Amino acid sequence: MSAHEVAIPKVKTLVLVWAALICFTALTTWVASFEFGEWNIVIALLIAVTKASLVVWIFMGVRHVTTLTRLFVVAGLVWLFIMILLTASDYKTRNWTYQAQPWANNPAHGLSR
Amino acid sequence: MAETLVPAGQEELEAQETHLRHHFATPEQQTDAATLGMWTFLITEVLFFGGMFTAYAIYRTMYPGAFASTSEFMDVRLGGANTAVLICSSLTMALAVRAAQLSRRKDLIRFLILTMIFGTVFLVIKGIEYHAKWVEYKVPGFRFTYEPSYYFHHAQILFSLYFYMTGMHAIHMVVGLGLLTYLVIQAWRGIFHARYFAPVEMIGLYWHFVDIVWIFLFPLLYLIGHKR
Amino acid sequence: MATIAPIHGTPELSERRVNYLNVEHGWKSWLFTTDHKRIAILYLISITLMFFVGGLMAVLFRINLLEPEGIFAPETYNRLFSAHGIIMVFFFLVPSIPATLANFLIPIMVGAKDLAFPRVNLLSWYIYVVGALLTLYAVIRGGVDTGWTFYAPYSSTYSNSYVLAAAFGVFTAGFSSILTGLNFIVTVHKMRAPGMTWSRLPLFVWSNYATGLIQVLGTPVLAITLLLLAFERIAHVGIFDPNIGGDPILFQHLFWFYSHPAVYIMILPGMGVISEIVSCFSHKRVFGYNFVAFSSMAIAVLSFVVWGHHMFITGESMYTSLAFSFLSFMVAVPSAIKVFNWTATMYKGSISFDTPMLYAFGFIGLFTIGGLTGLYLAALGTDVATHGTYFIVAHFHYVMVGGMVMAFVGGLHFWWPKMTGRMYPEAWAKFAALIIFLGFNLTFFPQFILGYLGMPRRYHAYPPEFQALNVLSSAGASILGVGYVIPMIYFLWSLKYGKRAGMNPYDARGLEWTIPSPPTTFNFDTTPVVTQEAYDYGELEEVVG
Repeated sequence: MSAHEVAIPKVKTLVLVWAALICFTALTTWVASFEFGEWNIVIALLIAVTKASLVVWIFMGVRHVTTLTRLFVVAGLVWLFIMILLTASDYKTRNWTYQAQPWANNPAHGLSR
Repeated sequence: MAETLVPAGQEELEAQETHLRHHFATPEQQTDAATLGMWTFLITEVLFFGGMFTAYAIYRTMYPGAFASTSEFMDVRLGGANTAVLICSSLTMALAVRAAQLSRRKDLIRFLILTMIFGTVFLVIKGIEYHAKWVEYKVPGFRFTYEPSYYFHHAQILFSLYFYMTGMHAIHMVVGLGLLTYLVIQAWRGIFHARYFAPVEMIGLYWHFVDIVWIFLFPLLYLIGHKR
Repeated sequence: MATIAPIHGTPELSERRVNYLNVEHGWKSWLFTTDHKRIAILYLISITLMFFVGGLMAVLFRINLLEPEGIFAPETYNRLFSAHGIIMVFFFLVPSIPATLANFLIPIMVGAKDLAFPRVNLLSWYIYVVGALLTLYAVIRGGVDTGWTFYAPYSSTYSNSYVLAAAFGVFTAGFSSILTGLNFIVTVHKMRAPGMTWSRLPLFVWSNYATGLIQVLGTPVLAITLLLLAFERIAHVGIFDPNIGGDPILFQHLFWFYSHPAVYIMILPGMGVISEIVSCFSHKRVFGYNFVAFSSMAIAVLSFVVWGHHMFITGESMYTSLAFSFLSFMVAVPSAIKVFNWTATMYKGSISFDTPMLYAFGFIGLFTIGGLTGLYLAALGTDVATHGTYFIVAHFHYVMVGGMVMAFVGGLHFWWPKMTGRMYPEAWAKFAALIIFLGFNLTFFPQFILGYLGMPRRYHAYPPEFQALNVLSSAGASILGVGYVIPMIYFLWSLKYGKRAGMNPYDARGLEWTIPSPPTTFNFDTTPVVTQEAYDYGELEEVVG
């Protein structure tokens, strides 16, 4: 089931991951110097996720652990996602209410914001 | 606990060697439990930092102008250097775990100390950054000014978040250094070997996790919205 | 024992038998113990103390509400209800069943010698004590007046009370809760005895496993939220005060991300207890075992996506409110599954009306009322009218007190012989159960009407026309108080004078009933091998009889 026969990583693998992480750091810094508008954050987060996955998968040895442990790792991320998504949904849609509605033309309602 | 270990059979010797505690049936069960427990703990850490990441996401969207204007105070060079330092420490930590798995005591101690050195370098660089913020009057609540003044409050929130997030991360680093010190002492006493290295592995997981938090903090705080 | 492969050496009533209580003596053997059963007893003592402190606050503010103008100063009243809420929620309800009954029973129920991390278990108790002391310090120094919710910016900027000490107390206690949950999760995954498959786990274990998930996933968010609040209060800068650009609703989002799931921390373990009791005293397998087990998990998951229903009348976006309202209705489904399945378990069962079963009846009825009134509050329109009134107070007390406390006291009776080796006096116990049920309803049912009529909560004064109902409620509270003191007295009495309990006084099923009462330190002499499903009543009736 689990890593009862301990899976010892190769030094080469570890060093390669390290090199990749350093390269990605350089890459993300370099890309940030260009202006892509909202895409900057998408690219930066994609690179960060890639880096984090490398650390989780190789350094933290998730490639050798049980499905159960993997499930736990994913659960943590899903819950973080729930928190951010539902909270953000409030902020994203809060102002929708204030857009002029067809039935709210009467200025007495004072829905101008 | 009233543990009555009679040093007789092979079983007892093995239990002593693998530090098997009385309520576990096998060393494998003990290691499995420790691993799952550590990962569960890391999930709580994800959500602990998650609260701050949520707040960051909300305010960043709420005050994009103020956010963009604060980015010039974030030192990309120092932040980038720290990222590299932490990645190096993660490598040495992974190598330390490997050394423990192979019963290489000297290597283990060497890599653990290297990890601690990288960790300390990180904290020193962090300190330099904090000092710069202090000099520039960018420490909310203690020394804070901001131009243009209409961004004052919003910038203050973003600097607060900067200090909360990096501060919490730094506290985790300090805790990590303490744990590593403990590991070095234990390794010195020759506790760890191919059949018993769970503490090295668990603290390694913790250390990598702290690295991952920084992997996200670096682009979010230093890179996005950065103007050259 | 029929369900489990026989375990050798079960001397039932021999007086001098070594058990976990008499194996060691002296305060050190308790304060440095790593035995889950002893830690459960430590927790039981601590939370009972906190329960009576919190109860005292309730008595005091119910006295205040006897008069429409109030008897105490408004500030005093605010501090009383806040202390009541904080102590009852964080220091009684959250640890109540998990840290005591579940701490005692989960290792036994899964066939293990102890929890996965015994020292962590002890640590969690110490953390709890530190948190409790910090909060009590805040209460003694002058109290907190923010309510248990610590809403910013009042708590962070304006309140002149001991917010910091109380918040740090709650922050600290949160870690004890996390550690308990973590321990349960790992124990259930990794410490099960051979043959104890997931589909053979007692439902009490299932519900506490689900609770553990909530504790682990939710509590850290409360911790960071309170920390951010503390920073804001200390440094006068922060992210919640709208005066300095913050958004107070963000505090509520983060707070309720934990605190809504937390109300399921405060009910799921109770549901587990009720499953055990109903099955035992109906002498029947729980109807639809799989559904009951999975409804616990469903509640745990759904609990995290409904928190916005606490914020319908804040500035929360109405579109988000719509989504939260819909999701809140969904929680009713797994909750109803449980209620229906308990009822179906009793159907055609051979029901005996022992004390624990009386509490289970109380739980099912009161929880149903509490749960259904929750649906009123999940509906956007009715929530606007009833939010912040006594309707809501009555609703959550029906769930928390009518549900969880009933289950806790019922479970305590059920497993008291196992924990202490002594029986409680049955007649007194039935009497107390009746008193608690009557007192409870007299206290809280008038509050539904008060809330419906529009009396707002958390005010020290009210219009004179509400006095009759308030006096009824206060009268009920005093009866309820007496109802809680009676078990306290006869439980203590039974420790010395109670009838000695056998291994299985109720003819119940489950591993905990196959070992002596009280159990030995390592629970089992040899690791049990489980060959049959949980709640295997029925065809074995005559064998055991």
